[in-house]
Amino acid sequence: MSQNLTIRKGLDIKIAGGLTDLSPVDAPLSASVAVSPDDFIGFVPKSAVKEGDTVKAGDPLLFDKRDNLMKLVAPVAGKVTAIVRGERRKILRVVIEPDHSGDAAIFDTKVNNADDARRLLKISGLWALMRRRPFDIVPNPDIVPRDIFVSALDSAPLAVSPARFYADAKTLEAAVALLSLTTKGNVYIGRRNDGLLPDIKGATMVDIAGPHPAGNVGVMIANIAPINKGESVWTLDLSTLWRIGRLMLSSSVDFTDYVALTGSEIAQPKVLKTVIGASIASLTDGAIVKAEYHQRIISGNVLTGVKVDADDYIRYPYRQITVIPEGDDVDEFMGWASLSPKKMSESRTFPGKLFGSVFRPDARLLGGRRAFIMSGEYERYMPMDIMAEYLLKAIIGKDIEQMEKLGIYEVAPEDFALGEYADTSKIEAQKIVREGLDYLRKEIE
Amino acid sequence: MLDKVKPYFQEGGRLHAFHSVYDGFETFLFTPKSTSTSGAHIHDSMDSKRTMIIVVLALMPCLLFGMYNTGYQHWTAIGAVDKPFFSLLLYGFLSVLPKLVVSYAVGLGIEFAVAQWRKEEIQEGFLVTGILIPLICPVETPIWMIAVATAFSVIFVKEVFGGTGYNIFNVALVTRAFLFFAYPAQMSGDKVFIGTDAIAGLGEGTVVDSFTGATPLGQVALQAGEESVTITSTVGADPITTSDMFFGLIPGSFGETSTLCILIGAAILLVAGIASWRIILSVFAGGAVMSLIANAFSSPDYPASMLSVADQLCLGGFAFAAVFMATDPVTACRTNIGKYIYGFLIGAIAIIIRVYNNGYPEGAMLAVLLMNAFAPLIDWCVVQSNIRRRLRRVKLNNSDHE
Repeated sequence: MSQNLTIRKGLDIKIAGGLTDLSPVDAPLSASVAVSPDDFIGFVPKSAVKEGDTVKAGDPLLFDKRDNLMKLVAPVAGKVTAIVRGERRKILRVVIEPDHSGDAAIFDTKVNNADDARRLLKISGLWALMRRRPFDIVPNPDIVPRDIFVSALDSAPLAVSPARFYADAKTLEAAVALLSLTTKGNVYIGRRNDGLLPDIKGATMVDIAGPHPAGNVGVMIANIAPINKGESVWTLDLSTLWRIGRLMLSSSVDFTDYVALTGSEIAQPKVLKTVIGASIASLTDGAIVKAEYHQRIISGNVLTGVKVDADDYIRYPYRQITVIPEGDDVDEFMGWASLSPKKMSESRTFPGKLFGSVFRPDARLLGGRRAFIMSGEYERYMPMDIMAEYLLKAIIGKDIEQMEKLGIYEVAPEDFALGEYADTSKIEAQKIVREGLDYLRKEIE
Repeated sequence: MLDKVKPYFQEGGRLHAFHSVYDGFETFLFTPKSTSTSGAHIHDSMDSKRTMIIVVLALMPCLLFGMYNTGYQHWTAIGAVDKPFFSLLLYGFLSVLPKLVVSYAVGLGIEFAVAQWRKEEIQEGFLVTGILIPLICPVETPIWMIAVATAFSVIFVKEVFGGTGYNIFNVALVTRAFLFFAYPAQMSGDKVFIGTDAIAGLGEGTVVDSFTGATPLGQVALQAGEESVTITSTVGADPITTSDMFFGLIPGSFGETSTLCILIGAAILLVAGIASWRIILSVFAGGAVMSLIANAFSSPDYPASMLSVADQLCLGGFAFAAVFMATDPVTACRTNIGKYIYGFLIGAIAIIIRVYNNGYPEGAMLAVLLMNAFAPLIDWCVVQSNIRRRLRRVKLNNSDHE
């Protein structure tokens, strides 16, 4: 069974540093691998190991205080070398030095009912790789999903389609079979109609056409079966679905990860095969253009990624690294008046837009923060029935009733990313939405 | 140079009290180096500075034509036969320059002071307002009145609400309305729309006897009870045709007379994606529909009801209001459906006021201000319909499960 969905409101930003060769190459072995609990919003971490402990791949590193079965597990076998804590002893990350033994924990994959399925997902650490909407957080331990949505496309700037690497039908069918136990609704898989991903038995396939944010799972939900107050859906990307399938078929977790190394500061963009939580150094060493100016390493894409340091680790969702110039050392005289075709903009007042140039943007805001002046800049790039600007205002005003009415349960910060990029008032929309979701969750839970 | 003096303006520096002014100049001259700290890592090069400057650019044809027309009307008034192009332009330039300077000096002065007091960055909103004010005022408006009116509207219409982006009413239009209602004697009638005195020795001469100085709409308003309306030039019986109205060599407020130049400005704004085509289109649609209705029920009691649709749209401040006033994004409707309603009502109400109120021949300004007040209500209704859709979905869903 399949259906079609065409997105019209959206934008494919043309920036330099895209992939030309899509075949993955092995990354150098990472000297250390880390799990950062901050990536798993909603997970309440408590340490399950001590420094010096030896773990197998799939052994728990952290568990959730609310439900001991919910874990974050070791992506590789090795020794726990550090549990890095920040203020108020908050765990920032658990670092493992891999021993390359390939030892992996074995899970009992005999599953008869929904409870078994939920238990298996929790103890294998794969539960934490899923997200729940509303709130865009790790699903609470007791959440039963109305439907499950899987995104098998990545439409973000410079991203590579996960369907190139995780499309094995048998593995995915096993995963869908397991997930189907947990919901009375459907398992939807959104994909490009490019033949990379075959129909998966048990799932409803959705062929999605159109520009970014076509790959955002929220767009698929909003256009197929929007979330109402009181409902929850699970969302996951194709790699997580594939990991669930691997668990079902091999009884152990497989944290193999394909990372697109992209951006204008990467000499030769490529796809690297590594493991989730690998060090940034293992992925970028020798790949970044040597430069006098500052550069910014982003774990993720330029719209929704996290800024990381060179000695950091790749962060959830472990799909992409983008390196762009930082821009804080550029002196630009009267940039607001510039007619240079190199200036990136969606406005036709910049010639670059007319020439269809490929841009090499840096991380500057390129303007001062203002109140909302121009209207419609968020709705323009949001293919959902959401009054984005009014929702943002309701969040800023902490008006819970209005947030609910305007559909905050349907959105995630990433849905506002394109609007934030284009916003002439330079409002921090994704941060506002994240804080709004966290505030709402605290108030109603 | 800027970097060298920077320490004086930073916290603890001697000139810290003026740091907003310093920041204003620095960000004006150099693109800020601040980089993104959350969310999207890249940002569009478009910012509010560029937005405002594009609007100012789009106003340039109107400004230049206004200069020429001011000279042209003066030369007509003194009965000159040859009208030297550059003298006309210079005359207009000299008459508008003091108003521009005063409007910017007063408005920006207040903006700078308030930004400093609030410890905020200086915002760009007044760049556009400052040029709009002289463009929508009659040529002979006394400069001190412009100063008072500008100060009033910047303070009470913008700053008390929180500054650029928070105002309910269009600042330039409130300036104009303030002038009209505070100084009705000086601001209406036949004398203010045309410069009759020589400026710096330019345009010496006495006004011819037949000179009236009435604007076309002013003439129409006086023709109540007649079977048809006639519009003539200010010095005699030559009729003003629709094409005169379109090209704009007619008396009127400084920058509002040439529909052609306004349309050039509209093209700039639309290509740049700054003005909303929804609003512009629906203002003209609203005006045209209302003009047709007025034609259908035309009566000698209301002489303006006999004007053709084209005349209605070309005369007075209608086109200028449609393109530059109604589209102010801050005071207009913010929802797309709202923009259609908002624009249409502005067009319709402007014509209603013009036609059915002989005492006040121009309705565009009041129509925009009135709809400014209603814009949040229109938006509220549009947002409610979104909310209702969402609620209905829940109900439908619940009934499914029963």
